[in-house]
Amino acid sequence: MKREPLLAALGAFALIACAWAVPWLKFILTIALAKGIAVLGILLLLRAGQVSFGHSMFLALGAYTVAFMAPTEPEVLLLLPAAALVATGFGLVIGLFLVRYRDIFFGMLNLAFAMVLYSLLEKLYAITKGTDGIRVAGLTFAGTQPERPVQEWVMFGIALGLAILFGLLVSVYLASPMGRALAGIKTRETRLEFMGVPARRVLLFAYVLSALMGGVGGALVAMTTRHVTPQIAYWTASGELVFIAILGGAGSALGPFLGATAFELVRVYAAAAVAEAWQMILGAVLLVVILFAPGGVWGLLSRRWRA
Amino acid sequence: MTEAVTRRAALLGAGATAGSLLLAGGGAQAQGKPSELRVGITTFLSGSASVFGVPAKQMAELLFEEINKAGGIGGVPVRPFFVDEAPGTDHLVGEFRRLVQNEGVQIVFASISSGSCLACTPLSDEMKKTTLLWDCGTQRIFEEAPHPYAFRTQGYGTPEVLAPLLYLLKHKPDFRTLAVINQDYAWGRDSWELWKAGMDAMKPGVRVVAEMFPRFGATDYSTEVTRLLAARPDVILSTSWGGDLVTLLRQSAERRLFERSTFVLPIAEASMQILGRTMQPGHIIGARGDHWNNHPSPKDPARLKRFVDLYRSKYNEYPIYPCHHMAQAISAMQAAYAKAIAAKGGGWPNDQELANAFRGLTFDSPTSSITLREDGQGLEDQIVGLSSFNQQYPFAVPKDMILFPAAMVSTPVGQKSVDWLKSLKPDFLNQVPAPIAG
Amino acid sequence: MATWLSENSLLLGLALLDGLAYAALVFMVAVGLNLVFGVLRIVNVAHGSLFAIGAYTAASIGLFFASRGLPAWMGYVALVLAAVAVGAVLGPLIERLLLRRIYGHEDVLQLLVTFALFMILEDVQKLVWGVQPVSQDAPLRFLGTVDIPFGDDVIPFTAYQLFVLPGIALATLIALAWFLRRTLTGRVIVAVTTDKEAATAMGIDAARIMLLTFSFGAGLAALGGALASPTTALVPGIGAQTIVLSFAVVATAGLGQIEGAALTALMIGLGRSIAVYFAPEFEVVVPYLIMVAVLLVRPQGLFGVIETRRV
Repeated sequence: MKREPLLAALGAFALIACAWAVPWLKFILTIALAKGIAVLGILLLLRAGQVSFGHSMFLALGAYTVAFMAPTEPEVLLLLPAAALVATGFGLVIGLFLVRYRDIFFGMLNLAFAMVLYSLLEKLYAITKGTDGIRVAGLTFAGTQPERPVQEWVMFGIALGLAILFGLLVSVYLASPMGRALAGIKTRETRLEFMGVPARRVLLFAYVLSALMGGVGGALVAMTTRHVTPQIAYWTASGELVFIAILGGAGSALGPFLGATAFELVRVYAAAAVAEAWQMILGAVLLVVILFAPGGVWGLLSRRWRA
Repeated sequence: MTEAVTRRAALLGAGATAGSLLLAGGGAQAQGKPSELRVGITTFLSGSASVFGVPAKQMAELLFEEINKAGGIGGVPVRPFFVDEAPGTDHLVGEFRRLVQNEGVQIVFASISSGSCLACTPLSDEMKKTTLLWDCGTQRIFEEAPHPYAFRTQGYGTPEVLAPLLYLLKHKPDFRTLAVINQDYAWGRDSWELWKAGMDAMKPGVRVVAEMFPRFGATDYSTEVTRLLAARPDVILSTSWGGDLVTLLRQSAERRLFERSTFVLPIAEASMQILGRTMQPGHIIGARGDHWNNHPSPKDPARLKRFVDLYRSKYNEYPIYPCHHMAQAISAMQAAYAKAIAAKGGGWPNDQELANAFRGLTFDSPTSSITLREDGQGLEDQIVGLSSFNQQYPFAVPKDMILFPAAMVSTPVGQKSVDWLKSLKPDFLNQVPAPIAG
Repeated sequence: MATWLSENSLLLGLALLDGLAYAALVFMVAVGLNLVFGVLRIVNVAHGSLFAIGAYTAASIGLFFASRGLPAWMGYVALVLAAVAVGAVLGPLIERLLLRRIYGHEDVLQLLVTFALFMILEDVQKLVWGVQPVSQDAPLRFLGTVDIPFGDDVIPFTAYQLFVLPGIALATLIALAWFLRRTLTGRVIVAVTTDKEAATAMGIDAARIMLLTFSFGAGLAALGGALASPTTALVPGIGAQTIVLSFAVVATAGLGQIEGAALTALMIGLGRSIAVYFAPEFEVVVPYLIMVAVLLVRPQGLFGVIETRRV
């Protein structure tokens, strides 16, 4: 896989070119990069054979952290770590409980926590403004408040930079003993423990890391759309993240970004072509990918490579 | 390398398609007349709110077809671009940009959901693109910040809640207890806050025996109905709509809750056709405006009839209020373009000139006429009445209607709705017009 | 506590009646999902869509019957017909065309296939039945209401809610328990649930059992929808809301455990209706709180069996 960095560089270049050539796509691509970062977390858990069907809660935590803090502290460079911190802390707390469970219980408990968070965001109307959501306005970047086109470029740049950073981090992590142990949880967990590797701690680390990336992804989404609603935590949003992971392919840290870009583009073009049935088109794309290209976009690319 | 090329080619391909569309749209920005007038319309095409979104879209298509048959607007054919609100704010905000930057729409009709409106309106400021808030009701929009390019071509939450409240105070002045059952989302909460502020100001001392906010989209209300049956409030307020309202009212009818309490249903109109005879007579119903099929004094009865028949002949249903709200936005757009083109001596207006034309604009609706205030808010009259049945319609329509002039029930410019409602005095009721006989 | 109870005993009684009816509906949807999961090991996200399609079909058949002037009791026939139709047509179709191709693949792929199906069926429903609320209440009207004494007052309940829903749920539970324990096919299903490899080794045609179970589960989902249809207005999106609740029931109950599903549904039903009376703010989170609490104490679910760990 020596060509992976090359491919990543080419991909980044293509994204920049695309964002430059078609201004309105810059927004879509920024969102795709943000979701890609969150999906990296799904990828980690998939390595351990676990599917989180509630991962959108970390996006929501990151996004709402930004929404709540922005009026008093509009600095993006502070908001991002704050959002990451909140999501990480939350991930650690529920992770301690969740890593005791596997398979459907793991997935459903994640779903349960996400749904509780979703309900609270809707119910606590006095604090969260319910489904109307909260507007994120007046962000500053290192103390400056650039014009809209510049600001869009800055957000795109931050998202791309963080995507590369987290992509590298995940690649390194997956190659490390801790990362390799994840696969052990998937296949033969008991064997792992015989060898003296504490499976729960391995999974917890991955879970907390995935929560962190979820929070960062959510914060980026909030800063880009500049309006946060509870829908970001709904279970279908979690389903989309898993969808993206498989669409892109779980074989590489590039997968989530390939998947997220493909997902957003398909959705935008499907919605433009048939506004009433975009969901059906997305569903059909997903079916085709699973049935005929279970390795996702990455799988297609790397297979052709070897050939 | 092939794979990288494939991917880049795919992306560039997408970019190229989009880019060409961009150029096509960009042409519309030029000073001359564009080849077509592109209108972006965000509405619910899926999910539970599509009960409003789809009829509105259907109405829009019928009206656009009519306009084009008559030669378009200022000689330019109109073309709608519909966008689904259901996938969420992040998608919608992206779609708004796509509509403006890629499709080159000259005007956007934004949103049924208040959340969508709150997300789109600031974009209209940034992109300097005229945006008509064609259905959302939140009072926050114009009360929290000015929006130079946004206009709401219909009423909003405050008059839509205050009018039924005033009707109740006139119709049943001696009620002592009240229960509320609203959908648990922004409108359900906001409308209750507005109602409570007005009620406590004009009739202090009403005891609220139950405050229920069932989940949005709840499919079963039997527990809530039991609780209401046991509590026996004099009045039950519900600003719910869509499937939620139909379920609530059917379960209430089945279990004779209508016999114990008087219902106040500010958004009943859109559900009356589906409920048919299940709706009980003698309860207070509203329509988010004055658009009832049996409007007692439409400005142009022939126009209203033509409007209703246009929809009925195609869909075999009477148009519901979102159809009217859509028609109002379209009518406002026609009037504003006419005004702007006239002001420019026949030239095609740019974004700023178009927005200028909307300020203070008066345009005809199928039932009456609406004026846009200086803050962008439309003044739409409200008609509230008691549910009743007659020979003409197979569903409930209001009788003993009171027409509330919009200016009377809307918060004055520059004030916040809740504060204004709190400042009302019981003698405010003296301003309420008499019911219209019939 | 004691004084609170005596003061509110009347209301608690009402909450009990409401909770039972709600629990019955929850059970009907969740039990099919649980059965399917037990045998196929697939979390069927499209189960909610089958619920919705069952409800819409029942309403359509019911409205058709009504338009032909058939007697009101035929409304009940419509409910059953809808369940059978969905179970017999959509069930095998989905199993044969989609699920069969991904057995043995990773869990996540199986999950996503049903998620994709869910997305497609959401739009299909909209294309077939439109977006306006659809409703038919012949079964409800046919039986009328029953007055339940409440202090000096009476509270009318529909007989449908009071007797039909809990009755059918109970009958389904007993029939399923009998079927799974006493009939050959049922025992084979249990055998496949417990240990598919061993069952196949013993010559059981697992493919046939899977087809059968999935169709049966689809039929149960549709029956759940059909039973809900007389009391509710059908709109796009009801499937999405139903499925999350069923997920909670399945995980709480223990995999493939029908008694567990019944008990969980009961807890959720009662918990929810008590919340509506005394703490409406908690209504929505009740199922999830129950789930987390149960799994804290019993990580394998209420009636779940601890699976042997692979070495």
